[in-house]
Amino acid sequence: MTCCKIVTDKAQQLLGWVDERFPLTTLYREHLAEYYAPKNFNFWYFFGSLALLVLVIQIVTGIFLVMHYKPDASLNAAGVPVAFASVEYIMRDVAGGKFIRYMHSTGASMFFIVVYLHMFRGLLYGSYRKPRELIWLFGMAIFLCLMAEAFFGYLLPWGQMSFWGAQVIVNLFEAIPVIGPDLSIFIRGDFVVSDATLNRFFAFHVIAIPLVLLGLVAAHLIALHEVGSNNPDGVEIKKYKDANGIPLDGIPFHPYYTVKDIFGVSIFLIVFAIIVFFAPEGGGYFLEFNNFFPADSLKTPAHIAPVWYFTPFYSMLRATTSDFLPVLWAFVALIAGLTFRGTGCVWIKRACLLLVAGLYWGFFGLTVFGFTPPPIDPVVLGVHLGRGLDAKFWGVAMMGGSVMLFGLLPWLDQSPVKSIRYKGPLFKTILTLFVISFVLLGFLGTKAPGYAFFGLIPGGPVAAICTILYLAFFGLMPWYSRIDKTKPEPERVTSK
Amino acid sequence: MSLLNKLLAAAALAVTMAGVPMVAQAAGGPALDKAPVRFDDASLQQGAKLFVNYCLSCHGASSVRYNTLTQIGLSEQQIKDNLMFAADKPGEQMMVALRRDDARKWFGVAPPDLSVIARARASEQGSGADWLYTYLRQFYRDDSRPTGWNNVLFPGVGMPHALWGLQGEQEAHFVTKDDGHGNKVTHLESLEIVKPGTLTKEEYDEQVANLVSFITWMGEPGQETRRSMGWLVLAVLSVFAVVSWLLKRAYWKDVH
Ligand code: HEC
Ligand code: HEM
Repeated sequence: MTCCKIVTDKAQQLLGWVDERFPLTTLYREHLAEYYAPKNFNFWYFFGSLALLVLVIQIVTGIFLVMHYKPDASLNAAGVPVAFASVEYIMRDVAGGKFIRYMHSTGASMFFIVVYLHMFRGLLYGSYRKPRELIWLFGMAIFLCLMAEAFFGYLLPWGQMSFWGAQVIVNLFEAIPVIGPDLSIFIRGDFVVSDATLNRFFAFHVIAIPLVLLGLVAAHLIALHEVGSNNPDGVEIKKYKDANGIPLDGIPFHPYYTVKDIFGVSIFLIVFAIIVFFAPEGGGYFLEFNNFFPADSLKTPAHIAPVWYFTPFYSMLRATTSDFLPVLWAFVALIAGLTFRGTGCVWIKRACLLLVAGLYWGFFGLTVFGFTPPPIDPVVLGVHLGRGLDAKFWGVAMMGGSVMLFGLLPWLDQSPVKSIRYKGPLFKTILTLFVISFVLLGFLGTKAPGYAFFGLIPGGPVAAICTILYLAFFGLMPWYSRIDKTKPEPERVTSK
Repeated sequence: MSLLNKLLAAAALAVTMAGVPMVAQAAGGPALDKAPVRFDDASLQQGAKLFVNYCLSCHGASSVRYNTLTQIGLSEQQIKDNLMFAADKPGEQMMVALRRDDARKWFGVAPPDLSVIARARASEQGSGADWLYTYLRQFYRDDSRPTGWNNVLFPGVGMPHALWGLQGEQEAHFVTKDDGHGNKVTHLESLEIVKPGTLTKEEYDEQVANLVSFITWMGEPGQETRRSMGWLVLAVLSVFAVVSWLLKRAYWKDVH
């Protein structure tokens, strides 16, 4: 007993010593023991802590991969690119290397699954609304970094899909007027994807992006702890506090949510282990089959598909053909008009005007002044995007824009309530259509351009309709969120 | 049966009949034969022997070391005596003696490394093993090709039929049909053995199955161990899940 007491006393002294020099106890209190979270978190609230877990998995497995991986595109004695062979070396000759590699490649896909569900939670409960706009924007930046990280990482195994996927995506930058062609050479460090590209992508993948990512995650959490979490009812728990200033509906994060999140972790790890041990290729979606062919700049694959997590956006790019553009423009102009009328924010009004001006210019540039369409490299998209640079440019703008639209949500949503529990039928319908469109777009993006459902329903028009529905979810939000029949919010959170 | 039911049944039949060939077409590419992959030591050893004798002269498997074959029940001495013609130490990689430049001169392309070919050739049509099994059984005589060989699955292939001594020589009969949209499509009607090899058709299929099993195994040696380890990991994680659930429940008793 005395022995124990001596140890605790010593620990106390040590802690005191540290606290005089670093706010350890304060940090522990503010962020864990006395950080009060709403008591009614449900299933959807697991995914934040799971995203942190996956980040740690990626960093730790990544460190071990870099110990053996070689970013070198030259051929070895057997005629296999060194980078490709080094990944196989990890898989076969490094102790435990197979599991490290599979954990990392599975982790990349799981990261996106977790993050997509995490973002969807935001849509369900209006977590992006005041006062959490910055949490949402930091989240958006994390999402962009994640996409960049996965894109750079996917080149490293130097397989056919690594090579041609990178070729396609970097070529997209050529569509930017004036600086495009030089920009894409600057990114590649060469005229085609090559050893120089592999080396710089390696640098970005292992250090530059992870560094930014970690900084952003810290900012995301600091912003969260400043304003406090939202919850499935979308009401502020800080409105009702007890005599000590503690929210009546709040419970300390530690131990309540630490133990709950540990349970979430255990279920996640089971799913993760099932993939790593029984289906590491994820049916060709997590590790594409074609990527087991070493990169070959002379053999263009018949069908270049990005990895599944990029396909919803890639589909929208493909849908933006010059035939579809006039329809799309008319629709976007309509949305911009409605948004202009619906929103109360001057900046959004100005953005709408700018958008309409841009479309007007694009339309007349294409049809009236008859820009001669420069020939496009058939490799550029793996599809014939349309008849000219303009469609390609708009496709790229579409792809970038459709990602960025999420960032506008805090200002687009004009509903008097936050949570879907109290929102009306209009929102529920449009959200359902949005989810269906997103999934269909994702599915179509993995297929070759001529794909038809059951061999009957052509994928092209479906993608076009889904693109419009996707845009409508955001664009029409100022309008439908205002007129929707909402239910009154409760004063306090409801239990379960 | 009511009229409505009859109509529904007829509609269902029409949909299935119209649907089946369409789906087969939409999936693209020729149909593959299902490979009987077997991961027992005897089949894999036989496959390894075939691979070393018939393929390694042109193709390397540079990610595989000879001593990896101890995993399929061979001793290092057996590997040295029976399988290592092109290497001195069991730790060496399965490299090819052929120079790539020479190969390119003779075949037009350098034969690719086959370490992970079974993983690369997987697709929606079937596993990589199915592809290989079909490929190795569909070589036929074609005098218009520089090697005198062609392949149904891989038209214009640069590889001569390495196993012709076993299978014999096949002749392919194609038919050209109209697909109903005014396009001419060519289908394989039959492959016929015109000069027999040392094996019957059944024996040949059997040997190819062994070879394909080995190539599949080579794509990820120890894939069976990975799966059996998986069960252990899942058992441990399940216990962890139960314990963490009980812990959560104990802590949350007083939250209302
Ligand atoms: C005489 C040399 C030679 C021998 C022996 C040989 N191959 Fe080949 N093989 C080639 C060449 C050349 C190619 C490239 C064909 C092309 O791309 O047109 C090739 C291609 C292949 C491919 C297709 C690779 C791809 O692109 O997907 C497979 C599979 C293959 N060989 C398997 C085998 C197997 C199994 C054996 C042993 C039974 C074997 N080969 C023996 C020369 C050979
Ligand atoms: C932050 C999230 C990360 C994501 C989403 C991610 C994603 C990816 C992807 C998609 C691949 C290719 C998958 C494959 O075929 O193996 C890859 C490979 C790789 N990653 Fe990451 N990664 C992340 C973090 C890291 C970090 C932090 C490091 C190093 C410190 C790292 C090091 C590597 C290496 C060396 C490879 C090449 C080896 C291989 O292909 O297996 N990664 N990563």
